[in-house]
Amino acid sequence: MIETKNLAFSYPGLPFHFPDISCKKGEVLLVTGSSGKGKTTLLHLLGGLQQPSSGTISINGTNITALSTMKLDQFRGAQIGIIFQQPHFVASLNILQNLELASSLANKKIDTVKAKQLLAQLAISDQAFKKPSKLSQGQLQRASIARALMNQPSLLLADEPTSSLDDANCEAVASLLAEQAAKNNAALIIVTHDQRLKQLFHHSIELT
Amino acid sequence: MIFKMACKNLLHNRLSSFLCWILLSTGVAIVSLLLLLQQQIEKQFSTSVQNIDMVLGAKGSPLQLILSAVYHIDAPTGNIDFKEAQKWMRHPFVQKAIPLAYGDSYEEYSIVGTSAAYIEHYNGQLSKGKLNTNNFEVVLGSKVAAALKLDTGKIFFSTHGKSKHGKSHKEKGYLVTGILQPSGTVLDHLIISNIESVWNMHKSTDDHKEEKETSHQETTKEVADIHHEITAVLLKFGSPIANVQLPRVINEQTNMMAAMPAIEMNRLFSLFGVGFTTLQNIGWGIMILSGLSVFVALYNSLKERKYEMALMRTMGASKMKLLFLVLIEGLVLCLAGLLTGLLLSRMTLFFFAGGFEKDYNLVFKEWMLPLREEYYLAGFALILGIAAALVPAVKAWFINISKTLSNK
Repeated sequence: MIETKNLAFSYPGLPFHFPDISCKKGEVLLVTGSSGKGKTTLLHLLGGLQQPSSGTISINGTNITALSTMKLDQFRGAQIGIIFQQPHFVASLNILQNLELASSLANKKIDTVKAKQLLAQLAISDQAFKKPSKLSQGQLQRASIARALMNQPSLLLADEPTSSLDDANCEAVASLLAEQAAKNNAALIIVTHDQRLKQLFHHSIELT
Repeated sequence: MIFKMACKNLLHNRLSSFLCWILLSTGVAIVSLLLLLQQQIEKQFSTSVQNIDMVLGAKGSPLQLILSAVYHIDAPTGNIDFKEAQKWMRHPFVQKAIPLAYGDSYEEYSIVGTSAAYIEHYNGQLSKGKLNTNNFEVVLGSKVAAALKLDTGKIFFSTHGKSKHGKSHKEKGYLVTGILQPSGTVLDHLIISNIESVWNMHKSTDDHKEEKETSHQETTKEVADIHHEITAVLLKFGSPIANVQLPRVINEQTNMMAAMPAIEMNRLFSLFGVGFTTLQNIGWGIMILSGLSVFVALYNSLKERKYEMALMRTMGASKMKLLFLVLIEGLVLCLAGLLTGLLLSRMTLFFFAGGFEKDYNLVFKEWMLPLREEYYLAGFALILGIAAALVPAVKAWFINISKTLSNK
């Protein structure tokens, strides 16, 4: 589970104060708000990609704001899966190798069987040996969900995962995320301005 | 995984990787080829010159005298009077003196009239037949026998001069009595007879007054009384003083010339050394250029892969891992260039070896082994790889994950 307290961050001349949030294992929390309200910044803080100017973030009892850069890299690799708005992959590796890379970088054993299972669950098994540039946006979005799940993270963070998808795909991706998070017993936090998601998830918080 | 990924990344940027690889291979191949050539040529020339302190011959170019008398790759400077030469051959400072009479050839292989000491000097061993004891009997060097497919018992007619189309001496044929084992010396490329054979061959044309048959005279000493000419004498001194005294006295007081192989060969090496150095510098230049292209390639690909790198950080990669990834890419490129370069230089040498052997009597030996200088070359290539990758690698280290990810 994840809990934040008095989280603040400031860009030069632009301070942000975030409400305290908490999300338990198997739960879904929707963070909404219009552009410029610090949604992505909050996600980066939660994922340990950026250090807050004050406040604490505790994931499974570990205060990640107190970790060194190296420890934080390791912690992130092992505990946090992130799905970005633009699904990016290592261009020189195929989809399966990209999934395996996630395990390797987190210093875990490369589990090809699991990678293939995840691709099958997300219905993109046939894309496993293709380079990322050969896949459509929707397929890449699914592949990035599979990658985020590779190391069985306890926290899944998703940044605008549905913004570039049509209604049908939006619903499919959203339910996939929720389903996979529940299956892995992970806390899922989705940062979005997509109003469609509000109808699907009821536990939400709005940044103002 | 990180190594595999580095290779995949290089393959992904095929064109620029290929350019770096080709540039470095070319640079390494040029430098290594020149190093090998220089080493082989110097080694070959210095083994042939071993134990020859001075060469006595007709006045002319001292370098030409050495090249013709020791290596048989140039025309003789002229003839000297045998009687005159003998005074110096018997000089108390002289430990060993080998007279040479050459100028004729068979199928472009030189026929050298000399004493038995010549074959001994190069430790020549018979592989077949017996040594030449009588006039118009010859022993063949291993390469000559192999190239001309001559066997013992065969007779051939020599030609005047070294050209294939020279005037041939039809009056008298040479009988092959023996074939030498390969020795790796100049012997391999020569046809060796006694001196009297050469004198007799030219008697009908040179000395019309003396028609007397001398075919059964055994040693050079006996014929010395008659007016005879030879081409050169190889001398070994017994005393170090001779190195200083004899050449001066001979050059000043006689109409003959004394040339010191050591000095002349040094002069020759320093002459073509200038060419070698220039070419080598071009090779080093190409290598540095390739280093630059590795730098540009990695730098550009880093720009494209910035997001990728940040992404890898979010998946748990440490800064160190990204630094290593870029460094390994640079190193793998340079290592590949180094290996193909070294291979290329040896392949080139292998193709040229035959020509060198035919034209310059140069036999390349042990050229597959790496030279000491090539270890420096390898070190330089690896340092080049690291240096070229260093700036991009450090840039990868300092990538700001959050900024990079939100900018796109």
